[in-house]
Amino acid sequence: MNPATAASPTAKSDARTHTSVTCPFCSLLCDDLEIADRGGKLTVSAGDCARARGGFEREYAVLSPQADGSNVSMEKAVAAAAKLLRGARHPLFGGLGTDVAGMRGLLALADRTGGIVDHMLGDTMYRNILAMQDRGWVMTTMTEVRNRADVVVFANLDAVSDHPRFFERSIWNADSMFGLPTRSRQIVYLGDGLNTNPGVSPDGRKPLHLKNEPERLGELIGALRALLAGQSLQADTVAGVKVGELAKLLEIMKAAKYGVIIWSPPRLPFASADLIVEAMCDLVKELNAHTRFSGFALGGNEGILTAGAVCAWQSGYQLRTDFGTGYPEFDPTRNATARLLENDDVDLLLWTSTFLTGQTPPRTKAPTILLAPPLAGLETRCAVYIPVGTPGVDHRGQMCRADNVVSLPLHQVRESALPSVASVCNLLLQSL
Amino acid sequence: MLIKLTGGIVYDPMHGVNGQVRDIYVRDGRVVSTPPADQRIDEEYDLRGKVVMAGAIDPHSHIGGGKVNIARTLLPEDHRPHPIPRTPLTRSGTGRAAPSTITTGYRYAEMGYTAVFEPAMLPSNSRQAHMEMADTPIIDKGAYVMLGSDDYLLRMMAAGKTQEEINDYIAYTIVAAQALAVKVVNPGGISAFKFNQRNLDLDEKNSHYGVTPRQILQTLARGVKELGVPHPLHIHGCNLGVPGNMQTTLNTITGVEGLPIHLTHIQFHSYGTEGDKKFSSGAAQIAEAINRHKHVSADVGQIMFGQTVTASGDNMAQFRNRGFATPNKWVCMDIECDAGCGVVPFRYRDQNFVNALQWAIGLEIFLLVEDPWRVFLTTDHPNGAPFTSYPHLIRLLMDKSFRDASFERLHPEAQAMSTLKSIQREYSLYEIAIMTRAAPSRSLGLGDRGHLGEGSAGDITVYTPHDDKQRMFERPDYVFKDGTLVARNGRIVRVTDGGTHTLRPGFEKSVLKPLRAYFEQFHTVRPENFRVSDEEIVNEGRGRVIVNKLRAGSRG
Repeated sequence: MNPATAASPTAKSDARTHTSVTCPFCSLLCDDLEIADRGGKLTVSAGDCARARGGFEREYAVLSPQADGSNVSMEKAVAAAAKLLRGARHPLFGGLGTDVAGMRGLLALADRTGGIVDHMLGDTMYRNILAMQDRGWVMTTMTEVRNRADVVVFANLDAVSDHPRFFERSIWNADSMFGLPTRSRQIVYLGDGLNTNPGVSPDGRKPLHLKNEPERLGELIGALRALLAGQSLQADTVAGVKVGELAKLLEIMKAAKYGVIIWSPPRLPFASADLIVEAMCDLVKELNAHTRFSGFALGGNEGILTAGAVCAWQSGYQLRTDFGTGYPEFDPTRNATARLLENDDVDLLLWTSTFLTGQTPPRTKAPTILLAPPLAGLETRCAVYIPVGTPGVDHRGQMCRADNVVSLPLHQVRESALPSVASVCNLLLQSL
Repeated sequence: MLIKLTGGIVYDPMHGVNGQVRDIYVRDGRVVSTPPADQRIDEEYDLRGKVVMAGAIDPHSHIGGGKVNIARTLLPEDHRPHPIPRTPLTRSGTGRAAPSTITTGYRYAEMGYTAVFEPAMLPSNSRQAHMEMADTPIIDKGAYVMLGSDDYLLRMMAAGKTQEEINDYIAYTIVAAQALAVKVVNPGGISAFKFNQRNLDLDEKNSHYGVTPRQILQTLARGVKELGVPHPLHIHGCNLGVPGNMQTTLNTITGVEGLPIHLTHIQFHSYGTEGDKKFSSGAAQIAEAINRHKHVSADVGQIMFGQTVTASGDNMAQFRNRGFATPNKWVCMDIECDAGCGVVPFRYRDQNFVNALQWAIGLEIFLLVEDPWRVFLTTDHPNGAPFTSYPHLIRLLMDKSFRDASFERLHPEAQAMSTLKSIQREYSLYEIAIMTRAAPSRSLGLGDRGHLGEGSAGDITVYTPHDDKQRMFERPDYVFKDGTLVARNGRIVRVTDGGTHTLRPGFEKSVLKPLRAYFEQFHTVRPENFRVSDEEIVNEGRGRVIVNKLRAGSRG
C-alpha cells in the first residue's frame, strides 16, 4: 500500500499498467481499474464498463488551439479568450465538466468577471437541490448500501444505463460487513419500461416490479405515504398499480432493517420533478419512525456534483449562481443556461466539458470559448477553442462521488502535453 | 525582513508575561530575540498603549467537510442577507452561520485568529474536508479525525484485539486522513443508530458489536495517549442535549481511569432534570468535577441567541432533535459504515426557557471552572452560534454588569433556575489570552503557535484597549500571520495561504495487510485512494503540511 503513487506502473513489454485507477466517467468513481498505456493509447484491462472504455480508450485528434477559425498558438488563443472575457459584461461559465481544480479556476474567473456558473446538467440537479432546500432529507452512501441494505427500491431507474457497475459494486457484492446475505436482498423496481435483468439475484430470484406510469411516480409515492399514515385510499389503482400491490410494497419497506430508495434526477424528466423527489424524501423520513430507511441519489455524471460542491463551499451557494453584482446571488430559475441564452442575458459563453458528453456547446449569438479535449470530430467553430486534457487521464485531479460524501483522487495514466482546465484558467486570470 | 513591534502591552501566558511593555522583533516570519542595535529595522509599528497577544487559536469550529457543505446548500436564506462583495484584493462570498470557505478565512483573520481546527473530520470525507480547508485563506488549519462508530474499530474491539493492534489502526487513520488529533462522537452511537437503536447510554451495548460507549472511550483515550498524540481524546459524549445528561458526563469523567480527555461543547452535556420543566443546570457539578480532575479539559460550546445551524456527526442526536428544526428542514446521513452526520437549522431564543437556560449554563461553566488552561472559548461554530460572536462572548466573560444586564432579559423562569448573577468573576485579559491562545496551543501540541517566545511563529494580534471588550476584540488594529501583516483595523490587507497541522504517529506496517483485504472485501474505495497525500494538501504550492511533534516518551 504505497499511498503516494496509487498508479504504480509495471513494465509489461512496452506497455505500462496503472492499477487502482479512478474512473471519472460516471459518478460512481470506481477506483479499481487497471489501465494499460501503450505509447499513449490506453486500454481498460480491469474494472471496465462501457463508460470507462468510452472515456479512457477514446482517441484524440491533433487539434490546434483556434481563434476566429484559424489555428493559433496556445498563447494567442489564451490572449483572444482573455480579451473576450475582459470585454464581457455578463459571461456565462457553462458546461462545467471538470475536476475540483478546474472548478476552482472557473469560479475565480466568474468572480473576477462578474459571470454566472451553471452545469450542462443543471436542470437535472435542481430536481434534487430544490427538494433538499425545501424539506431536507435522509440519505446514505455507497458503502452503506453495499453492506447494509436489505431492501432496495429503484424508482424509475434501472441504474445500469448511466452507472454500469452499480449492481456489481453495491448490490450483488459477495460479502457484507454484517453478515447480510447479499443475494437475499429484496430488489424492487418502480416504473414501466426498465431493464430489470440486473435486479435478478445471482441465485436467480426475480425482483419485484411495479409497472407504474413513470411520470406518475409522485402519485404512487403519495399513496404509499397515505397508507403508511393509516389512511385508506378511495381508488383501486394508483398510477396504474393496484392498491393491494402498493400495500404489499409498503409492508416490505416497513419490514426492512435498512431500506434504501434510489432515484436519479436525469431519469425524472418531468415538470416539477422536485416535488416527486420531495415526496420520496418525506416517505423516507416517515419510515424512519419505524425502522431505518435512507434515500440515495444516483446521477451526478459529467462532474456536476464536483462543480456543485466546490461552488457551494467557495460561494455558499450551489450552481446557478451569478457574480454579476459583485457578490454571489443564487437563482436556480433565472440562472439556467437555456433561459440565459434564449433571452440574450449573457454576452459570452465559456463552455468547459472534459468527460464523456457535452463537448458541443449550445448554439448562441454570444461568442463562445470552448475548453474541451481534442476529440476526433470535435466541432471547434467558435470564437476560441483551447484544447485541454481529461482529468484522471492526462493529468491528476480530484472529484466528488455520487453520494456527495466521498471524493477520490484522479490519476495521470499517460504522458500528455495538454494543459488542465485549471492551468488554462490560471493563464486567463493572469491575462485579465 | 525585520519587523519591530514597539512598546506594546504584552500578554503571553506561555511565558508568564502579564501586561508588561515589551518590544517584539519578527524576522522572516519568526519571533527573534532583540537584535544588535545597529541592525536595520525594515518596518516598525508603534504599539504604545496597544495590547499585544499571539494570534488566537480556535480548537473547535466546523469550517470544512461534507456536513458544513450540506449546511451551506440547505440554507440559501442564511446567505442572502449576508453577501460579501469582492474587492480588488479579496474574493466574494456569503453567509453567517455557514459561511463560504473563503469568507471564513477572512473573517477569522480580521478577528485576530490565525489557526482554526475542524473537529469532526470523517475518515471517508477527509479529502473533501482538506479541499474545503485549502480554500480557507490566511489561517492555519487542521482537523481531528472521527473514530468510534467506524466498523473497523468496533470489529476489532468485538474480536478482542489488543490495545497495541488498535493503536496501529488509530495511527494509520491519523496519517491517512492527515489529522492532528482524534475525536469520538457519541461513541458507538452513530453505528447503533444504523441498527435502529435510538439512544445509547454509557454502558449500553451496541446491538451488533456488543461494545459499550465506555469501552470505546477507554480504548481510544488510551490509544491516543500511548501513541503520543498531544491533544487528549476529543470527546463529544453520549446523550447530547438530553435532560439529565450531566450524570453521563460525570460518569465519563470518572470512567476513563484518569486518562487525559477533552470534553467538547460541554454545555450541551451539562443538563439536570430539576424544576417544573425537568430541565436544569448541571454547571456547578460539572465545573466542580473538572476542577477536581486535572486530566480533564473542556471547551464550552456557548450558545448565543439568534439563527444558526447545527451540523454534527451525531446523527442519532440530530434525528432526535429534528422537531426543533427552524426553518423546518433537516438532513441526516449514514456514511460509509464509518460515521454519519446531521444538519438541523436552529434559532435560539432568549424567551424560550430551555434556550435561555442553555445560555446561562454555558456562562456558568466558563465562570466556575477555575483553571483557564483547561477551558477553551468556543461556540462549537456554528452549533451554538457563529464564530463571529466571539467578541460578544468575551465581553460577557469580562464584564459582569453587561452580563447581568443580558441575563435580566432572559425568560424569567430560566433566570430563577440559574446562579449566574451571583457569580462575581470577571475574566482578565491574561486569562482570555490563556483560553484563546496558550491553552489550545499547549493542548494541541502546536509548539511554535499561541505564544510570543523566541522562535515562535509571527502570528500576532494587536488590539486597542477599550472598556467595551466586544469592540476591542471585534477589530484588532493589526493581525500578522507568519510575520506578514494580513489585516488592519478589521480589514484584510493581504491574502496569504496558511498551513495544515498534522501528526505522524508511527504504526507497524503489518497493520496494512489486513486493512487492504478489508477495504477490498467491504468498501468502495481502495486504501491507496482513501489516503490523502501530502501532494494534495500542498496543492501546487498553495498549501503546506506542518508535521507537529508527538509527545515525548511516546513510541512514535
